[in-house]
Amino acid sequence: MAEIRVENLRKAFHDFVAVQDSTFTVDDGTFFVMLGPSGCGKTTTLRMIAGLELPTSGRILLDGEDVTFRRAAERDIAFVFQLFALYPHMNVAENIGFPLKCEAMARSEIRSQVAEAAKLLRIEHLLKRKVSNLSGGDRQRVALGRAIVRRPKAFLMDEPLGALDAELRRDMSEELRDLHDRIRATTVYVTHDQLEAMSMADRIAVMNHGVVEQIGAPQDIYDLPATMFVADFVGSPPMNFIRLQGRLQPNDISVRLDGANVAVPASREASSSEELVLGVRPEHVSFSDASRIRGRVFGAEYLGTTQIVTVDTERGQIKARLPSFTQVRPGETVGLAFKSDALVVFDGATGRAMRSVLHEGARHG
Amino acid sequence: MADVALQRVGKRFGDVEAVRDLSLDIKAGEFVVLLGPTGAGKTTTLRLVAGLERPDSGTISIDGRDVTREPPAARNVAFVFQQYSLYPHLSVFDNLAFPLRAPSRRLPEAEINKRVREIAELLRISGKLDNRATRLSGGEMQRVAIGRALVRRPAIYLMDEPLSSLDAKLRADLRLELKRIQLDLGATVLYVTHDHIEAMTMASRIGVIRDGRLMQVGSPREIYESPNDLYVATRLGSPQINLIPADLVPGAAPRGAKTIGVRTEHLEITKPNGGPIGKVHRVEHLGDQNHVHIEYRGQTLVTLADPHRPLSPGQEVGLALVEPLFFDAEGRRVRLAAE
Repeated sequence: MAEIRVENLRKAFHDFVAVQDSTFTVDDGTFFVMLGPSGCGKTTTLRMIAGLELPTSGRILLDGEDVTFRRAAERDIAFVFQLFALYPHMNVAENIGFPLKCEAMARSEIRSQVAEAAKLLRIEHLLKRKVSNLSGGDRQRVALGRAIVRRPKAFLMDEPLGALDAELRRDMSEELRDLHDRIRATTVYVTHDQLEAMSMADRIAVMNHGVVEQIGAPQDIYDLPATMFVADFVGSPPMNFIRLQGRLQPNDISVRLDGANVAVPASREASSSEELVLGVRPEHVSFSDASRIRGRVFGAEYLGTTQIVTVDTERGQIKARLPSFTQVRPGETVGLAFKSDALVVFDGATGRAMRSVLHEGARHG
Repeated sequence: MADVALQRVGKRFGDVEAVRDLSLDIKAGEFVVLLGPTGAGKTTTLRLVAGLERPDSGTISIDGRDVTREPPAARNVAFVFQQYSLYPHLSVFDNLAFPLRAPSRRLPEAEINKRVREIAELLRISGKLDNRATRLSGGEMQRVAIGRALVRRPAIYLMDEPLSSLDAKLRADLRLELKRIQLDLGATVLYVTHDHIEAMTMASRIGVIRDGRLMQVGSPREIYESPNDLYVATRLGSPQINLIPADLVPGAAPRGAKTIGVRTEHLEITKPNGGPIGKVHRVEHLGDQNHVHIEYRGQTLVTLADPHRPLSPGQEVGLALVEPLFFDAEGRRVRLAAE
């Protein structure tokens, strides 16, 4: 079990800065997900924690101990690559026990450790089987077994489910999380899939261009994104952005939009420019005949429980998530209302969310 | 645009019956989606309509005319493949104009120009008409590939997973665009996919296909709300429909029902109130909703809940079924007398 601390970590490859000055702590037992598009620096950060890459500057602490310049093998961390790599000529038990055999552990000890790992993964019945005959899911479980059998202080995983098809991916992500709930080992998990991050993480770090834009619990990141990048990257469909001219002062409780006052959560700071961006999640948009914000229905996408309705307005397309029983006709004119206590206002110049009364109630910073 | 009809069409490849006794009517202006996993026979069906395969049995007619024995060129269909294949040495304009310049068509250049510009406008690639096809992003290339089918006015457009090679965001955008263009043109489309979101969001009607057999045809709402069979019920919806053995909920199921199908809409989470009790196993955050995993008598039920509703692992909750679906031992739907 371990706490991982990253301090002012920076990595440059010649002129290209992959990771800029990151600082964060992964608490003991946390499932921590690094989320971002390709090239954002998430894998480089993970590889530095693993010891596969040396930082240009900064420190990495494992349980308070500086391991920045320690070799990967001396860090007691298990790095899980794409999970498929198994030894085809060995059976399941031999595959799982292999890392222990390399450490010259006694045979009886290996047997009991393998049995315990297999039990955690619920694959005891497969121990004697050849790996070549296993289903995709079972192969993943065996590969995981090989990672947990060493009982490392922490697990690092780089898109371990990336190669799987959608359905298996969903099943395995649930199983991985279940496994984490059973063994509670500190885990740092890298993905570009926001839904995977949201559903698996205790905490998420959202990265872009080598910078950690926000760290928080999944629901807080979703409800109170720190930047427009985070708001756009997390959520499907993403947050609607409505650009408007105006300023916001501390304690302001509305913004002007198309001649109407739109109530927003009381602001706690002043904006830096003449442009604001109103951020509205699709499920916080509703139809209201009384509203002065008008638009034309562009299309409706039925999803079973809900539907996504796209409305063309003078300020661009706005997407609303409505119950699927709401009748919607393409081409009709509708008024749009926003759930005022869930709105986020961004400073148009910086793209950063302005602090509001909502931030005071947040569970995590 | 025209009606297209398949009547009792069959096709086998060696030992494999790819398409079995399949009948389907597509009306002019309809967007019909065939939904099924790899190997279900959906692409073969599309190729049969295109004339790229000959059926072993049955007939295919377009606009009332039997075309079963006709070659592809005589059928007046346009095909969009999964992988876009553009002419790399031609501009976007010339790629789009290519089908119209076929010697057999003899369209005047002014007409070609007009149609290409119209379609480019629809697909929002007007600004790129002079670009080389190779200088486009993946999404733009796929739009050009779709556009090359759309410049023609065939009886029917046949599309084989045209969005599957695109990333999630672009796919979502193009889904909406393609549907709008189809409505604007009044085009008849037969579209094949394994993605239930594409099927639900674009189709006028969905045909669920399995092992070469058409299991059910209906509007997305009909298929979602009123599946004829257990397999069809599992094809649409996220989270997937929960299937509970009927004997685990005494008194809930009618005679003959072996399985209860429970979608999110069919499950109410209440305070424990003397009825069935479940235990929250895990709460998954998706942002707009939570997926709540609930243990009930050895089964795990997954349902949606408001993200700010306080539910935590270990908590006991009451479960109430609200008009769930019932299926018999063969997976056929068991309807209540009132339905």
